[in-house]
Amino acid sequence: MQKDSLLPTTRTLAAGPEREPLDPAAAISIRGLVKRYGDFTAVDGLDLDIRRGEIFALLGPNGAGKTTTVEICEGYRSRDGGEVRVLGADPAHGDRRWKAQLGIVLQSGAGFSQLTCREMLQAQASYYPDPRDPDEVLELVGLTEKARVRGRTLSGGQRRRLDVALGIVGRPTLLFLDEPTTGFDPEARRQFWSLIRSLRDLGTTMLLTTHYLDEAEALADRVGVIAHGRLMEVAVPAVLGGRETAPAVVSWTEDGARRSEATATPTAFVRDLAARFPGEVPDLAVARPTLEDVYLRMIGEPA
Amino acid sequence: MTTTTERPVLPSLASVYRSRAGVELKEFFRQRESVVFTLMLPVLLLVVFGAVLNYDIGFGVTFTQYFMAGIIAAGILGASLQNMAISIATERSDGTLKSLAGTPMPKSAYFLGKVVQVLAVTVVIIAVLLFIGVVFYGVHLPTGGEWFTFAWVSLLGATACTLLGITLSSVAKNGRSASATVTPVALLLQFMSGVFLQLSSVPVWMQTVASIFPLKWMAQGLRAVFLPQALAAKEPAHSWELGRVALVLGIWCIVGLVLCVRTFRWQDRS
Repeated sequence: MQKDSLLPTTRTLAAGPEREPLDPAAAISIRGLVKRYGDFTAVDGLDLDIRRGEIFALLGPNGAGKTTTVEICEGYRSRDGGEVRVLGADPAHGDRRWKAQLGIVLQSGAGFSQLTCREMLQAQASYYPDPRDPDEVLELVGLTEKARVRGRTLSGGQRRRLDVALGIVGRPTLLFLDEPTTGFDPEARRQFWSLIRSLRDLGTTMLLTTHYLDEAEALADRVGVIAHGRLMEVAVPAVLGGRETAPAVVSWTEDGARRSEATATPTAFVRDLAARFPGEVPDLAVARPTLEDVYLRMIGEPA
Repeated sequence: MTTTTERPVLPSLASVYRSRAGVELKEFFRQRESVVFTLMLPVLLLVVFGAVLNYDIGFGVTFTQYFMAGIIAAGILGASLQNMAISIATERSDGTLKSLAGTPMPKSAYFLGKVVQVLAVTVVIIAVLLFIGVVFYGVHLPTGGEWFTFAWVSLLGATACTLLGITLSSVAKNGRSASATVTPVALLLQFMSGVFLQLSSVPVWMQTVASIFPLKWMAQGLRAVFLPQALAAKEPAHSWELGRVALVLGIWCIVGLVLCVRTFRWQDRS
């Protein structure tokens, strides 16, 4: 593949016949997943393992196959090829007992209701064998003061937090979060992130899809980049796409002009630079490629 | 296989059924649009028609006594067919159904909740209509065996219309289009089935069209409840045809069940 040449440290997952067997210890194990819509192949031989207890972020442009993959794991869609195990079961044949271990926060949300937030959570809790206390869940997502307010009247961000509350009230082992913070203001996103971290501390495995790379970097133990229906790479955010060894860019202002230099040895470069100036180096900045830079390169967009 | 023995047991069917029944009752009675259109409209029509058209249709029977049968049939149609078609189509397009399908809720609980909702709304509509008819318009309540006929016609009609309503919800593109299609069709059927005017004054071809659908037979069965035997002579077949009422409504129950099971979807077509 052409893109691999751009990314020397990329560990592209094997898609050939030497594919590993399903991992029985994983929360989610996928081998050679294929899904077609007519002539369009949305997922094209995807392999993925998500470990128990981790937060895994699936990144990729619209139409790359993220939601299709997630909805196959959730049991919403059938597949045309490959093997999938979610908590040890094939999601195409998931029964009630299996569903009781999942929490699902859909991209489209949980619909509108005349019920109050507390009533919606009580109803949702009644479907599960060992639910959390609805009032505790409301507190966890910061909707305590909205307990008696009807779901229909909530704002967009509150609505999304209610969706998350509905997703976790059943005490899931595995939580799916499909673009959970779309439409949040920055403060609401920070609050949401701390909620997700506290759920991880309680041992919940999470599969997160998101468009926000800072969100993936802040939350995920590992990220996977999906493009054209295949997994390009899986890595911890700090080393994705060879970020940790990529040249740093040092920039400063000299003779009234902004200057920058890419270097593999930024420390030495800055030392030399400091020697040229009597005091502070004007507007000095040292930057590694952001997750966004690496991501855009991987999915083949001009950065 | 992983061991699942120490995992808590799933909640009983009965407890999930109770929970869903509660949800459906709150969803209906708290929504102003559904309460106004489904409950208040038949009541208003009874009040207006009762005040305007209180003439004698023969044998000392008022039009309001005749209208009682038709407006109750129309009320049942609204509580079951129109209500189901619109509410389920709406819940499908706003993601409520998809979310429910992702929970361990037994699928039967959703439908049981809807049945409870239809029954409750039907009972409330019938009670309010009877109360207003008796207190303000001198409508005579059924007696003896007529109550039995009242019960089975209402129940069989509501069942057939509920199943057809669920089917229509799957045909509709979304909640709004369900409402836009079902409401005018229901109104037309009400005219053609002799709800707002005596069936004998409806053109024969319209009667023929109406007799394909359940509403005409519900109204006819209810006329056997509210009108004296002597007026059976004014029916198209010169009798209440209760056997045929049961047969047609029964067939619609079976057809409706097959159609709604075959067409039901938990997600919008994407």
